Amino acid sequence: MAVRRLADPAVQPKSFTFTVENLDWAKGEIAKYPEGRQSSAIIALLWRAQEQAGGWLPQKAIEHAADLLGMPKIRALEVATFYTMFNLAPVGRAHVQLCGTTPCVLRGADKLIKLCHDRIGEPLEVTSDGKLSWIEVECLGACVNAPVAQINYDYYEDLTPETFSEILDDLAAGKPVKPGPQVARQLSAPSGGPTTLTDPALYSRGNGGKPQGSALHDAEAKKPGEPANVRDAATPKPPADDASAKRRP
Amino acid sequence: MCLVELKGSPKPVASCAWGVRDCRPGPHGEPPEVLTKSAMVRKAREGVMEFLLINHPLDCPICDQGGECDLQDQAMAYGVDSSRFKENKRAVEDKYVGVLVKTIMNRCIHCTRCVRFMTEVAGVPELGAIGRGEDTEITTYLEQAMTSELQGNVVDLCPVGALTSKPYAFAARPWELTKTESIDVMDAIGSAIRVDTRGREVMRILPRVNDEVNEEWISDKTRHVVDGLRTQRLDQPYIRENGRLHAASWRDAFGVIAAKVKQTQPRRMGAIVGDLAAVEEIFALKDLMTRLGVVNLDCRQDGAMLDPTWGRASYLFNASIAGIEQADALLLVGSNPRREAAVLNARIRKRWRTGALPIGLVGERSDLTYPYEYLGAGPQTLADVASGVHEFGARLREADRPLVIVGMAALARPDGVAIAALAARAAQGTGKEAGWNGYSVLHTAAARVGALDLGFVPGPEGRNAAAMAAPGALDLVVLLGADEIDIAPGAFVVYIGTHGDAGAHRADVILPGAAYPEKSGIYVNTEGRVQMAGRASFPPGEAREDWAILRALSDVLGRKLAYDSLTQLRQALFKAHPHLQRVGQLAPAGRAEVAALAARDGAFEKTAFGRSLDDFYLTNPVARASATMAECSVIAERRGALTAAE
Repeated sequence: MAVRRLADPAVQPKSFTFTVENLDWAKGEIAKYPEGRQSSAIIALLWRAQEQAGGWLPQKAIEHAADLLGMPKIRALEVATFYTMFNLAPVGRAHVQLCGTTPCVLRGADKLIKLCHDRIGEPLEVTSDGKLSWIEVECLGACVNAPVAQINYDYYEDLTPETFSEILDDLAAGKPVKPGPQVARQLSAPSGGPTTLTDPALYSRGNGGKPQGSALHDAEAKKPGEPANVRDAATPKPPADDASAKRRP
Repeated sequence: MCLVELKGSPKPVASCAWGVRDCRPGPHGEPPEVLTKSAMVRKAREGVMEFLLINHPLDCPICDQGGECDLQDQAMAYGVDSSRFKENKRAVEDKYVGVLVKTIMNRCIHCTRCVRFMTEVAGVPELGAIGRGEDTEITTYLEQAMTSELQGNVVDLCPVGALTSKPYAFAARPWELTKTESIDVMDAIGSAIRVDTRGREVMRILPRVNDEVNEEWISDKTRHVVDGLRTQRLDQPYIRENGRLHAASWRDAFGVIAAKVKQTQPRRMGAIVGDLAAVEEIFALKDLMTRLGVVNLDCRQDGAMLDPTWGRASYLFNASIAGIEQADALLLVGSNPRREAAVLNARIRKRWRTGALPIGLVGERSDLTYPYEYLGAGPQTLADVASGVHEFGARLREADRPLVIVGMAALARPDGVAIAALAARAAQGTGKEAGWNGYSVLHTAAARVGALDLGFVPGPEGRNAAAMAAPGALDLVVLLGADEIDIAPGAFVVYIGTHGDAGAHRADVILPGAAYPEKSGIYVNTEGRVQMAGRASFPPGEAREDWAILRALSDVLGRKLAYDSLTQLRQALFKAHPHLQRVGQLAPAGRAEVAALAARDGAFEKTAFGRSLDDFYLTNPVARASATMAECSVIAERRGALTAAE
C-alpha cells in the first residue's frame, strides 16, 4: 500500500461521460437506493466507469460519477482512493493481480513476483507496448490452488514460473489463454484426478440405472466468458421504512 | 483517550461510545460502576497514547499549536517518557486548503473532526479523508481552496497542529498573549470572542463559547480581520487645507471644527453613525448634537426603513438566535444569512438538519448550505405569501413557531415599511405559542440596534442619511465611523474613525478614534442582546477613545458633556436607557408591536430584492484594511467568475 493519487494530468482524458448503455445501467443502479441515499451507488458507478475507461479511473470519471449522484467530488475521491481495486492510473490491457499472501508465497509466489519484476517492471508500471501491468495483492481466496494470479476478470491457478511466464507471453502476443488451474486438475479437486468417490457404481441412479460419469470434466473446467460482475443482481426489494423520510420537510 | 473501566467488564470501554443503559449492574443488582482513574484505565490510555504518538512528529518546539495542543496535554497526562517505536515515521505532503488554514499534515492524527465540521456544521463538504489506514490524508478535492465562511474554525477544532492559522503562523506563543474577553462587531450577531494581545498589538481573535449566540464558532471575518487593525490606521488628527490633508494637533483640529460650528446653523448640521460604533459614543454624539440643537441624525447609512418609535420589536431579531432551533417554518426575505451572519446561518442549518423545516426564500438566489424552496424575487411574492395566496404562506400560517427573517436588502429601499408590514403579517402563524415572536430582522451592522435603541434617527423635521448626503443639504456633517455613505461635495465633513477609508478620504477634519478591541463598549446585537466588549489594547499614536474625543470636542464647542469618565457616561446612559444595563439578557418579545407593524399599509414596488452585502470579506473599514480579507475576497471573486463561466 502506498499513497494513492490521481494520475498525472498528462495522461488524464479531457472528458468522460458514460455511454448510453452504461448510463441506463447506472440509472438502474441508482434507483436501487432510497431517495436521499443515492450516493450509496458510488462504488458500482465507479466500477462501471473503470471498466469503460479501460481498467482505470480518470479524474473526469470520478467527477462524472459524483455529478450523477449529486454528491461532493471529494466524497467520490475518498471512495476511489480507499479501494485499491480502483486503479487511478492507466494499467496494461492485461492487468495482473498477483497474490502475495502466505499460502501463495509458501507455494512459490515469491518467484512469480520476481518474474513479474523482471518481465513487466515495477508494480503498476505499464509495459511499453501497453499490454501488461501487475500488482501484488492480498489473498484472492483461492489458496487451495496457490499460487494464484487474477488477470483482468479470470483466475489463473496452480502457477509455476514456467506456466506463468508462458501465460504472460501469450497475453503479450495476443494469443488466447486458458484460465483456471494450469496443471492437470479439475477446479480445486485433487491434482491427477479424484482420489475418493472413484467407484462409478456410486453414481448409478436407482437399482437398474446405468453408471454415469462425474458431472464435470477437466476440459470444461473453466472457460473464458463474460466477466462475473456484468450480470445484474437479483431485483432488490423496496427499502424498508427508514429514518430518511422524516429528515425531509 | 476516553477509555474507562466498567466494573464487570474484562476490557476497558470507550466512554464516548458507551451508553449508561448498556452498563451491566452488579451481581446483586447494584448500580453499575464506572472507574475513570483506575490503574487499568491509566494503562489503557497510555497504550492509546503510544499509538497516537507513533506517527506524530516530535516537533512541538516549532509547532504553532504548542502550548494549546490537546495531544500535548494528553501526552503530559498519559504519555510515557520514551518511545518504543523504532520504525520509520510516516511522512505526508502538506496540502493547500486556502489562505486561512495552513496544513502540516505529518501531525495529523486522523480524528476527522475537520471533515465532520465542514460537512455537518459549515455545510460545505469540501474536506475529505482520502486513502486508507496509515496513508489516510486530509485534503480538499485536488487541493482547491475551501469556500466556507466558517473554515477558520477547523483550526480550533484540530486537536493537534495539523491545521493551524496561516495568517498567524509563527507569530506568537499562547503563553505570551494577554487574553481579553470581548464582543465581535464584524456582523450584527455579536459573537463572543477572545482577543489575544501581545504588548499593544492584537495578535489574534478566537471564539468564546456562548450557546445563546455563536455556540463555539466565529466567522472568518471575525477571526482573521486582525491584520486590518494594524494597517491604514489614523493615528493623529488631520485637517484639510487647500484640498490636501495635513497632520495637525488635537487643539488645531478642534479649533477648525469650533470655527465651522460657530458659522453654521444647527439646521444645516448633521451626524451619521457608522456600523462599528459602540453605544457609548453614539450616546455622547447624540448628547452633543442635542445640545447643539441638531436634529439631522441618522444611524441607517443604507437607508433601512426602521423606526424606533414603532417599538423595539419592529427592528429586533425577536425569535432570538437560539430560538431558531425551535422554529417550525422559516421564510427568508431579502436576506442571505450565509453572508450577512455566517454563524447564524450555521444555526439555521443545525435546525434544518434535525428535519421537518420548510424553508422558503424571497429574494436573490444563492447557496445557503441547505436546500430551500425558492418562492420569488420580490415584494409581490412576499405579498402573496403574507396573504396566503401562495402555498408557502399557508404553511407559515399553520406553523406554531413561524420564523420570518427579514434582511437589509428588503428593508433598505423606499418601500421598506410596506415590506416590513408584509413580513410581519407572514410571521403571525397560529399564535398558539404565547411566547413566540417570529418577526426577525437580521441586521448587518453591529452598531445599528444600539443606535436605534438610543433613538439616533432624525428628530422632528430632521433629514435622514440619504437626505444629509444629498448635494447642498448640509454645511457640516459629523461621521462617526460612517464609511459606507458618500457625502456630496460642499458639506464640511468631520470624520471620527479608525481607518483611512472612504470616510477619511472625504473628510475635512479627521479625528482618530479607537477600533473595537481598543475600547470598552456596549454593543446590542441583532436580537437586542446587550453585550459588553472589553478593551484589549490601546489606540495607536494620538488616537483616543471616541467618547473621549466627543467629550473634549464638546468642551471646545462650549457645550460641555456632563461626564468625565466612561463610568460617569455609563451612569448617564443607564439612567436614560435602563434596558442597556441588562447585559447578556433578552427582553421579552413585543408581539403587540409586531401586530401594529403588520397593520401598517403601504404600496410596494415590483422591483426584486437585491443583496445587502456584495462581498462578505470587505464590509467595513477594518476588513477593507486587512490583507488577509483582501486575499479571501480575490479568491472568492475568482471562484465566482469560474462558476459563472460553467
